[in-house]
Amino acid sequence: MTQLRRKDVLGLQEMSKEEIQLILDTAESYKEILSRPVKKVPILRGKSICTLFYENSTRTRCSFELAAKIMSADTTAVSTAGSSIQKGESFKDTLLTLEAMGMDLFVIRHSASGAPHFAAKIVKSSVINAGDGMHEHPTQALLDMLTICQNKGQIAGLKVLIVGDIMHSRVARSNIWGLSKMGAEVRICGPRTLLPAEIDKLPVKVYDDLDRALDGVDVVNVLRIQLERMNKGFFPSIREYSTLFGINKARLRRAKSDVLVMHPGPMNRGIEITPDVADGEFAVITDQVTNGVAVRMALLYLLLGGSGHVDST
Amino acid sequence: MGPVRLRRCFVNANVHRDSTVNAAFLLTHGQEGFFVRDGAMSTQVTQVMDESEIRRALTRIAHEIIERNKGVQNLVIVGIQSRGVPMAQRLAKLISDIEGAQVPVGSLNVALYRDDFDKHPARTISASDIPFDVTDKRVVLVDEVLYTGRTTRAALDALMDLGRPAVVQLAVLIDRGHRELPIRADYVGKNLPTSRKERVDVHWVETHGEDAVLIVK
Repeated sequence: MTQLRRKDVLGLQEMSKEEIQLILDTAESYKEILSRPVKKVPILRGKSICTLFYENSTRTRCSFELAAKIMSADTTAVSTAGSSIQKGESFKDTLLTLEAMGMDLFVIRHSASGAPHFAAKIVKSSVINAGDGMHEHPTQALLDMLTICQNKGQIAGLKVLIVGDIMHSRVARSNIWGLSKMGAEVRICGPRTLLPAEIDKLPVKVYDDLDRALDGVDVVNVLRIQLERMNKGFFPSIREYSTLFGINKARLRRAKSDVLVMHPGPMNRGIEITPDVADGEFAVITDQVTNGVAVRMALLYLLLGGSGHVDST
Repeated sequence: MGPVRLRRCFVNANVHRDSTVNAAFLLTHGQEGFFVRDGAMSTQVTQVMDESEIRRALTRIAHEIIERNKGVQNLVIVGIQSRGVPMAQRLAKLISDIEGAQVPVGSLNVALYRDDFDKHPARTISASDIPFDVTDKRVVLVDEVLYTGRTTRAALDALMDLGRPAVVQLAVLIDRGHRELPIRADYVGKNLPTSRKERVDVHWVETHGEDAVLIVK
């Protein structure tokens, strides 16, 4: 496969193994650009990319903007605060207004699951899902998989554990779909109250006991405890969560000796992960951030190309 | 010589650049011009260079490069991906054999510098692999076929983003004419006047299992 034959990237559930591999290969080839003294290539000159964020974000938004700028595209950032969204302009009208200004691609984050899918039907431009509600966050899972590939050579055959709040986590859902398609064994572990109701329909093995879940794993992906959602009595206390499901050095000995520790950020140090693990030898958390830029460059490139065939040597 | 029906696996006149017709197969049948039938389409394949002609051309180019650059001091060879890479490696080996000194070889991905992105689907090839600093080097860019000159233009821009070479020269196996930009090669294996309707396919042992240059009509 050499091209992505789709208008939008909304989730990994609907994506094929070949498409995921193409994105990872393309992203890998762009890491070289990130290490150059002058990080700029001209390919997306004249393309306009809009980041439309209805939820807060530092890394995802910056990562997309940087990816677009490295490829010479122009970016426009729209967020709830300070825009006409606060005057009550609907999601649909906001999209149509921005499309009329000539946006070629929208990067959308929204608290409602399915919002980017709705947007993709409204606009002719491409849409990339940068996180929708509790549904998917495909670019995060792709950068996680790229990080795994770089460290382990391949994904197939690996045991990957995702720990924490699976229910509210779009990162977990995208990772579960992506990793299982690429041939990994996906384990999940967390309080039963934070597992989604549809868990038996997902291609995962569920563990209640973290020590058993960690047995012989190649990768641990530690999810953020979303403190803003934790006032509804999902678990008795932060301290109890940390005792039962926090990743620390002693626990990590049960995993393989070359285990990778990943975290999508932002981290709650001392709750889901101890600082010595977060900054330790197994952590690849900053590599994940760097890979995020490469993955987003790959998606922009693959989605914005033409569709004919031109021969020129 | 009448039209000959080939086995299905050989026939795909719609494949744009990658001719799957094997020149060795044509030679064993002793044919200069050869018709491949594919449904309503008819394709004529003519071999214009064989293994020994390619070898002689590359050897001559290697000598010319050494002569023009007065040796191999600061000389590097850069193949344009993907088709210029086997030729770059061959030239580097020939030059190293003649001069008794290693010449560094790199490969350049020009996909992000093309001018046909809006017409062409995005295509992925491997990352540029330039294991040396190009600044102040004498760079010989290598591609198999020089046609419109647009790939060479993209390669020049890609190269300049990596550093400031002292000199950039261009070596090609085939110059088929029809330039759309003011670009010319410094070293040419063979000048091959062609029609725009024709296609020039270069086969390398490394990628196709044989060395040959074919014109496909």
